[in-house]
Amino acid sequence: MSAVTIVSLPDQATARVPKVNFLTKENGLLSWLLTGDHKRIATLYLISITFFFFIGGALAGLIRLELLTPQSDLMAADTYNKVFSMHGLIMVFFFLVPSVPATIGNFLMPLMVGAKDLALPKINLLSWYLYIIAGAMMLYTMAAGGVDTGWTFTTPLSTHYLNTNVISAGLAVFVAGFSSIFTGLNFIVTIHKMRCPGMTWFRLPLFVWSNYAASILMVLGTPVLAITLVLIVLERTVGIGVFDPAKGGDPLLFQHLFWFYSHPAVYIMILPGMGVISEVVSTFSRKRVFGYTAVAFSSVAIAVFGFFVWAHHMFIMGISNYSALVFSLLTMLVAVPSAIKIFNWSFTLYKGSITFETPMLYAFGFMGLFTIGGMTGVFLGATGTDIHLTETYFIVAHFHFVMVGGMLMAFLAGIHFWWPKWTGRMYPEKISQLAAVVTFIGFNLTFFPQFILGTLGMPRRYAAYPPEFQVLNVFSSAGATILGVGYLLPILYLTWSLKYGEIAGDNPWQATGLEWQTQSPPLTENFAEIPIMDREAYDYEWLERQQQKEVASVG
Amino acid sequence: MSDSTAIAHGAEAGAHHEHPPYQRHHFETVNQQFDATNFAMWLFLLTEIMFFGGLFTAYLILRNWYYPAFVEGSHQLSIFWGTANTTVLIISSFTMAMSVWNAQMRRKSALLLCLVLTFILGLVFLGIKGIEWHEKWVKFHVPGLHYSDQTFLNPASDHEVYAEYHDKPLAPDMASKAQQYFFLYFAMTGMHALHMVIGICILGFMIVRAKAGAYTSGHVTFVENFGLYWHFVDIVWIFLFPLLYLISRHQ
Repeated sequence: MSAVTIVSLPDQATARVPKVNFLTKENGLLSWLLTGDHKRIATLYLISITFFFFIGGALAGLIRLELLTPQSDLMAADTYNKVFSMHGLIMVFFFLVPSVPATIGNFLMPLMVGAKDLALPKINLLSWYLYIIAGAMMLYTMAAGGVDTGWTFTTPLSTHYLNTNVISAGLAVFVAGFSSIFTGLNFIVTIHKMRCPGMTWFRLPLFVWSNYAASILMVLGTPVLAITLVLIVLERTVGIGVFDPAKGGDPLLFQHLFWFYSHPAVYIMILPGMGVISEVVSTFSRKRVFGYTAVAFSSVAIAVFGFFVWAHHMFIMGISNYSALVFSLLTMLVAVPSAIKIFNWSFTLYKGSITFETPMLYAFGFMGLFTIGGMTGVFLGATGTDIHLTETYFIVAHFHFVMVGGMLMAFLAGIHFWWPKWTGRMYPEKISQLAAVVTFIGFNLTFFPQFILGTLGMPRRYAAYPPEFQVLNVFSSAGATILGVGYLLPILYLTWSLKYGEIAGDNPWQATGLEWQTQSPPLTENFAEIPIMDREAYDYEWLERQQQKEVASVG
Repeated sequence: MSDSTAIAHGAEAGAHHEHPPYQRHHFETVNQQFDATNFAMWLFLLTEIMFFGGLFTAYLILRNWYYPAFVEGSHQLSIFWGTANTTVLIISSFTMAMSVWNAQMRRKSALLLCLVLTFILGLVFLGIKGIEWHEKWVKFHVPGLHYSDQTFLNPASDHEVYAEYHDKPLAPDMASKAQQYFFLYFAMTGMHALHMVIGICILGFMIVRAKAGAYTSGHVTFVENFGLYWHFVDIVWIFLFPLLYLISRHQ
């Protein structure tokens, strides 16, 4: 690793974490449970989603263990169905959807727009409580024997043929949905109404833009999932049959309604991650993001197009050829704004002064893996190849490349990048660089073989498979072990750094965002006085002038 | 509020004039606070539209498929009670609008009167809905719990409705689809009624607070935003009434 670094820390002998900050302002459990402070709520969210991430991760471990051998031997096929269903439900609704918005986004949104808090602090707290209630319901579901519908609640399987805890799982997702709606709503209102003087729309950091786009999806998409789940629950409890073919209902209608949310949901998951990457790439190449406006609008374009592609999940479910054609075309269109982002990040790197701190390593991981994930999405968007590849491991590999390789990498990039701001202390650089590399290697080893498996025809969601697929599955399971280590490391050294990390100072990365111009950890009110934005976003020359001024005035 | 302002305001005390007590610490001005909460309410209503949108989509598709069953199903609803309920709701929207106006004008007793009237009208609506639902129960039109196709296989067995519409018997497979009509009838009116119940609970809370003078000292945001919610719930009914009761009734 190159010794070049942009990190500039205060003199460790004299530096202290500021005595008054949002973490120390008030003490006691109640001051946390009744807080309105977005940074504290973000912290609560961070702890909660990490908890669920490790539950979901443990389930993933069980899946990979079972698939080590062709026979269904570690667990019965039924149990396997429950394990992958719970893995999907927990990871999608309790980790990926809230991951960046509810933690990093919650923490940063007011700081980035120059406000003291989100517009609706109580609603923000309510959102966390809803998340916890939903989480408790999901844990109850698991303890009561789990659910085996897959995370998609497919009818009539979920309504007629299974005798597991569909109702409690459905209600848990329903409640979690409202938690996500309230987060999105809060962001939109904050971005519209709480910007500080001088903070025009095109001076907003791109992180704000991408979260704005994701929030629109949350607000418009999630309620449709909510009503769909209500109908499922009513179908199971009182026998309403809107989706029941035996009563003249339409199971395909369920698919339409479900994917009307659940396709945009993947953009809810990925867009905030793209925002993180924009911030990180700019900071560690010391350049304004290339084509700022294009990147900003590409987020909005993804959100808009994202609403018109849902039926590409249904090509083999009996939708008409014409609608398959149209949805296939629209699906290809989404690739355009995604590619705009990748190209613009690459151009940002071009002739930049690149350094390789941990967040940047994760960001590179994101760019590579997301590109592969995105390109294989085009395979699946083309109706011809989709018929061959759908419901195989190719799909599994595709969305894990986007969601884990993309989103989780972005999440970790963001956590490392803003860790000094959040806690006032640096994470240990060397070991975290190692973790980033281990994650990348482990990830590829886990999921790349699955592309091949899928192309060879191994179906998803089965506990057993023909023996000729074993070698690749062993690769995948071995990779999962490495990946597991890659995820355990950050939890260990980040916890360690809370006490022993170096003092970070206000702006260890020499970054330009408003959040870096205040103390770390910030005050409860974020800024000593409301800032005035008198420059463009990512203006590194402004930062340099600012530092010269300080030197001059101190001198 | 306690963790509010010490530092931020210490730094630029001049810029912040005296705050009214209801201004929350993270807003710069009362106007900003009003704008933000109002905007948030509109966004929330947008999510509500999407929520009901799922049901309306299902209605649209299934009605298209099972048109004759939906027509005969709608004959089972009472225009009289439906119209009565529509009137009740529209009047309650008027009293709600008057509540907002009275709060703005700081007329405490008039505000209280209007809120109580809205509260009562909301209950009346639910009462009438209850009468209608009970009638469905008696006639075996509650699918899943208490249901029979009889009325649609042999319309003459239902004398009252038959006298008015002279429905022809439906073929058995179509007759069974009348269930879909009642699924949607109960899901849609049920969801609407649930929103009414929530609204009435909040109204009860507001009446208590209004008695204490909470809304007549210049801070009317809560009343205004609740007014938006109440009107929204009304408007949902304004769509439900023609869809379920009126259209194609005379075919």
